Amino acid sequence: MARAQTQAAAVPEREQWSGQIGFILSALGSAVGLGNIWRFPGVAYESGGGAFLIPYLVALVTAGIPILFLDYAIGHRYRGSAPLALRRLGGKLGEGLGWFQVLICVFICIYYTAVLAWASSYFVFSWDLRWGDDTTGFFTGEYLHTAAEPFTLDYVPAVAIPIAVMWIVTLGILAAGVVKGVQRANIVFIPLLVVAFLVVVVYALTLPGAAQGVSEFFTPDFAALADPDVWIAAYSQIFFSLSVAFGIMITFASYRKRRSNMTGAGLVVAFGNSSFELLAGIGVFATLGFFAFQQGIAVGALDQLTGVGLAFMTFPAIVSEMPGGEWVGALFFGSLTLAGLTSLISILEVIIAALRDKFGLSRVQAVLGFGGILAVVSLVLFGSTSGLTALDTIDNWANNIGIVGSAIAMSIIVLWIRRRGRELSRHLSAVSTFRVGRAWMVFTAVLAPAVLTYMLVTKVIDLLVNGYGGYDTWYLWVAGWGTVFLMLIGAIVLPQLRWRHDPDRFDPWPTSAQLGLKGGAR
Amino acid sequence: MTPIATVFFIIAAVLVWGGLAASIAFLVRRPEVPAYPDGGLDPEDRDENDL
Repeated sequence: MARAQTQAAAVPEREQWSGQIGFILSALGSAVGLGNIWRFPGVAYESGGGAFLIPYLVALVTAGIPILFLDYAIGHRYRGSAPLALRRLGGKLGEGLGWFQVLICVFICIYYTAVLAWASSYFVFSWDLRWGDDTTGFFTGEYLHTAAEPFTLDYVPAVAIPIAVMWIVTLGILAAGVVKGVQRANIVFIPLLVVAFLVVVVYALTLPGAAQGVSEFFTPDFAALADPDVWIAAYSQIFFSLSVAFGIMITFASYRKRRSNMTGAGLVVAFGNSSFELLAGIGVFATLGFFAFQQGIAVGALDQLTGVGLAFMTFPAIVSEMPGGEWVGALFFGSLTLAGLTSLISILEVIIAALRDKFGLSRVQAVLGFGGILAVVSLVLFGSTSGLTALDTIDNWANNIGIVGSAIAMSIIVLWIRRRGRELSRHLSAVSTFRVGRAWMVFTAVLAPAVLTYMLVTKVIDLLVNGYGGYDTWYLWVAGWGTVFLMLIGAIVLPQLRWRHDPDRFDPWPTSAQLGLKGGAR
Repeated sequence: MTPIATVFFIIAAVLVWGGLAASIAFLVRRPEVPAYPDGGLDPEDRDENDL
């Protein structure tokens, strides 16, 4: 009796999506982000054009969807944020991986907000085409005031104020809760994003030169298929695009009711994400075709076809030459802002959910407390003249080392060390209409981690030998490797802290017996 | 557009957008498994009714 009185209570029941559509739109909102619009088109074009479709679809089926399902299975069966669900599955080792994923989100959210702030500023700039003729000079000079030094405390109000606004909006949505905040925002923003972007694409296709641009995008270079780097590019694109292996999908799946069709919804999310990428490819290359036509050059001769350069340097230059460019610019940067905002909400929800589970905080305490701290850090690092350098460096390490390492660790810990593959496979099949089996196990336990390990090792060697972006070596060790080091420290230290509630007082459903797992064997 | 580019556009559209349409159709036709194991009832059970 005395023992029962001193036992900690179980972790409280979770908030839940109101329905299937709310979950699907929220998961899509997370997956469809900046990378769909500014990364996929350029990567596909430089990696074989139409022929890229082959490795892209192979990667989707053999790695993207299987790892997405793995995240869903962990979150749905063990009903918790990444640290809680992985703790229930794999003890302190699992919890450490969960905190590593949370810390990836911490680093990503502080710079991601800055890109959102830029996009929202450019939405305003579109109405009078404020960037003028020299779009690169405007972005790095007049707007960001980019400094030569890697770290300064010279603040740029035109950047810092939109960052603060984005934080207020995002934290406000998160404070409202899973259904009234996250779900409601996605139900409004995702259809709005699709409509706005469709208008841009349809209009771009009517411009002179657009057909040539789209033709360049789809013309296959079959020789590229023999290049291993093209296959790695396809796996990277799918992997980073689907928001897998850093806690988001585990957290979102934990908010689904127990009797929910997980894999059926997952297929909609995966193909919906790729569908938006294909639409972005057509839209971006139609506009690039128009620009090349205006310049009297080939599409292949254009620079800055991906990332920040495409969005904030090339695209404004195109918009300036376009009839009705003000509207096209506003719709494009409005789409970019919405895509980024819905992704940022999901990234921050990972952190909020983990803090609530571990420390028993209320949603408002977690959002305003820790969210406020992140907002200040974000403003300090990215509201200054050195923001672009810090963003570029932290983004590279958080994604290429952090997320890829997390996915490999998840496969090893969950499927090889704790051997929960059969249990998770049977869980998904027990509640879902699309059943998974041996092929899913092979993809998640063998193929995907093998490809990801190759990606990680080659990237680590490349960064150690060649550095990155021409930045000073000491800076890369501080801002790049230092970021990963802090994630590892957090993964070791945070599991040692005491849980406010007992994480292990929990019974998974369906039970092991219902899943046909003998004698507790998983 | 060149003929080969057009062919690859059609293939991409059929596989990717067709994949989305097929997965939505699959979910609409089979929103849930015929029978769940016993238990697993949430306070307001079932969330598949809106699709």
